[in-house]
Amino acid sequence: MNSVIANSVYSPTPYRAAAKSFIGDLRSQYRHNKYWLQPDCPDMPTLWTDSRSLLPLLRFLKAEISHPFAMLYDLTAIDERLRINRGKGESEQPKSDFTLVYQLLSVQRDLFIRIKLALPASHLSAPSATSVWTSANWYEREIWDLFGIEFIGHPNLRRILMPSTWLGHPLRKDHHARATEVDPFKLTAEKQRQEQEALRFKPEEWGMARASDSAEFMFLNLGPNHPSVHGVFRVALQLDGERIIDAVPDIGYHHRGAEKMAERQAWHTFMPYTDRIDYLGGVMNNLPYVLALEQLAGIPVPSRAQVIRVMLCELFRIASHLVFYGTFAQDVGQMSPVFYMFVDREKLFGIIEAITGGRMHPAWFRIGGVAQDLPRGWDKLVREFLDYMPKRLREYEGMVLKNKLLQKRTRGIGVYNTQEALEWGVTGPGLRATGLEWDLRKRRPYSGYDQFEFDIPCFDGGDCFDRCRVRVEEIWQSLRIIRQCLDNMPPGPYKSDHPLTTPPRKSRTMHDIETLIQHFVNNSWGPVMPPGEVCYPVEATKGVNSYQIISDGGNCAYRTRIRTPSFPHLQMIPLMARGLLVADLIAIIASIDFVMADVDR
Amino acid sequence: MTVPIWITLLNIFGILAAAVLLAALLTWGERRLLGLWQDRPGPNRVGPFGLLQVVADMIKLFFKEDFVPRFADVPVFILAPAVVMATMLLSFAVLPISPTIGVIDLNIGLLFILAMSSMAVYSVILGGYASNNKYALLGGLRAAAQTVSYEVFMGLSLMGVVMLSGSFNLREIVSAQQDGWYLLPQFIGFVVFFIAGIAESHRLPFDLPEAEHELTAGFHTEYSGMKFGIFFVGEYLSVILISALITTLFLGGWLGPWLPPLVWFSLKTAFLVLLFILLRAALPRPRYDQLMQFGWKVMLPLSLLNLLVTAGALLWIG
Repeated sequence: MNSVIANSVYSPTPYRAAAKSFIGDLRSQYRHNKYWLQPDCPDMPTLWTDSRSLLPLLRFLKAEISHPFAMLYDLTAIDERLRINRGKGESEQPKSDFTLVYQLLSVQRDLFIRIKLALPASHLSAPSATSVWTSANWYEREIWDLFGIEFIGHPNLRRILMPSTWLGHPLRKDHHARATEVDPFKLTAEKQRQEQEALRFKPEEWGMARASDSAEFMFLNLGPNHPSVHGVFRVALQLDGERIIDAVPDIGYHHRGAEKMAERQAWHTFMPYTDRIDYLGGVMNNLPYVLALEQLAGIPVPSRAQVIRVMLCELFRIASHLVFYGTFAQDVGQMSPVFYMFVDREKLFGIIEAITGGRMHPAWFRIGGVAQDLPRGWDKLVREFLDYMPKRLREYEGMVLKNKLLQKRTRGIGVYNTQEALEWGVTGPGLRATGLEWDLRKRRPYSGYDQFEFDIPCFDGGDCFDRCRVRVEEIWQSLRIIRQCLDNMPPGPYKSDHPLTTPPRKSRTMHDIETLIQHFVNNSWGPVMPPGEVCYPVEATKGVNSYQIISDGGNCAYRTRIRTPSFPHLQMIPLMARGLLVADLIAIIASIDFVMADVDR
Repeated sequence: MTVPIWITLLNIFGILAAAVLLAALLTWGERRLLGLWQDRPGPNRVGPFGLLQVVADMIKLFFKEDFVPRFADVPVFILAPAVVMATMLLSFAVLPISPTIGVIDLNIGLLFILAMSSMAVYSVILGGYASNNKYALLGGLRAAAQTVSYEVFMGLSLMGVVMLSGSFNLREIVSAQQDGWYLLPQFIGFVVFFIAGIAESHRLPFDLPEAEHELTAGFHTEYSGMKFGIFFVGEYLSVILISALITTLFLGGWLGPWLPPLVWFSLKTAFLVLLFILLRAALPRPRYDQLMQFGWKVMLPLSLLNLLVTAGALLWIG
């Protein structure tokens, strides 16, 4: 079989230079040589370290190195116990049962790096990084919840996604993936009592006092079912009158275990699951997944497929931003705009339906291209939309953005600055509303974005109003990009000729037995990806979204980590809401633009 | 002049029935209008133009379980929706709809209506309190604060009209507008009263007591079935009442050329109701503290100024 399977060749990326300069800086500026640089990741420097030198290294990288890594982009773990391919020869990875992966981002270097920490199964604990990055809090809770790794010094190490009564840690390889693998579920009276008791709200467990010297606080349970929390999201509010003393977000109600599912879905069949991560983003979710796999297997994507992908993604960016725009106005009490915007979104879905056959979840991208070529007449539909939308947008501007009441409700509310945004892992429009002009499409172009002319909208207020303005401007820029796609759609194939493309090309199957076998195998088992580890971030609708994929040379992922922008954004709510009124919290929640599926996965 | 008893009875029951029916119909009318303005059909399935939607809603509400949460303060919980209905309907008694239509001709009619609309807020406060629910409580608190501050200048804004006409009697106020509606000389009074009226009927943008996006349903979170329905009808009654009152006080009531008085009165009132609905379709909701500030810092001084200028002008003209 090996003869038909492609070699493991990472396609080269332009970030090798940035990575090299980082390694140079690290060598010259970091005195303690307590790390091991994994030699086979030239694009994303990967440092292995030990528990004792972890925090000093993180601190150094966050603050002391030139062009520091201000953002803890992601923090996750890998259960390595069943993994076979962990490098050979000089790039053999240190022995490890569970590996912690800290992924950092430097906005000056436009570079992501990984810090890895190997843990033996006998001693699953690591020092908490919450003293370095406050945003590590939720990530560490997630790892504790899903992997059972303890963090020493964490302020509040509780389950975050699973119910507090859950037994076991789901992302461990020995935890069942399907209910049919265990005994049938039974709810006894005793178990029901326990579950009910576990739901009882005790402010102390949430880190809130019941009373201060002068007042007794009221605790208001906002959600998980509430008209303004955009899904099943809960905030426990500690109120003095209507003033918010503290707000503690509670997530996990939308957790479906997408990362666990990825471990048993074939590479190709996982695609529809990605659609449902950020369910407003549609094919935008497919993009980081296929890009990561294409990089892993070195699959070149034809330019027509790239431009089609860009066009579809930007259409979905507009669709997602329209939902944001409308619900934002609605949450500050303006009833009508959302209806107009849903009409536009309906028109958009009309185009998407004509092209892909699907609406919200087309699952239309394929490894190595897209599912079909564009249908005849697609250009007419797109052109009509491009001519129709600007007038509507100008109308909305007068209706929403220029409305004095709306401005009064959202200006100066929920403010954070660039430094806070980086500290808390904020990306996307939320980051650009603080005045930092950082957009992955420009800074690390992918899928041919460097070929397009567009601006990065940026405002420096950092408040709810500016977060809305950034998104409105982004709709304009997306229209520009789509216009360029329309005018310059390249001819050619819509899918790669590479053997790992799915579904495989059929044209030559009748000519020789090798391609016939390969076609048959790739269609039935799905392609077998070469072993390796890739992470491909893209600028999704709500911020930077990435799929970190570990292949162990099988036909499904060994581990898939989905880093979504909404997760860190929600963690920031207390910081933004303290001292404001309940009505302001609603405006803040609306301005973050999250979907709970994107948070819980 | 004695009026035959059957005329009086017809007046009483006619107005009662018309008010309740119109309020119920308004639930349909508002949804259709909002639909029209928001590029969607609105309820158009039941009966011609969806007119029977009201009936369908009524049937649904009547047959729903009459649920009273066990943590509620039961007598108050049941009383609360009745209060708004009763006070609103009582207010309609003094409205002069045309020279011949009207239940009672009170010489303090205006004061009576103001008193009744102040009573109506008890409904919201009691409902919020008796529900024993935190959202309802917050809604009730907001309603109390909002009404206390908006009542003040609601009354004050009308004093100009009273000065000009020299009477609290609504019929005399209408007759005094024979030479010109009070809309022009009392424009500030009109604006202030209109805004206060919206606040009084808890309509967007002053719907803070039931602000859906913040307090789920505010004071009536725990209500269901017909009790909930009564709150709703009460709200629509108060929209009609405020519109009718503005018509009476500022737009010359039934006065107008060519058409019969009843038609004029209905047209003017309907126009104002339309304005109420349009406002709801157009505006966002201010924050609670912004609303209070607006009330005390803008509306109150304005109505006082209006009062002063009107009094001064009257004295000067002599």
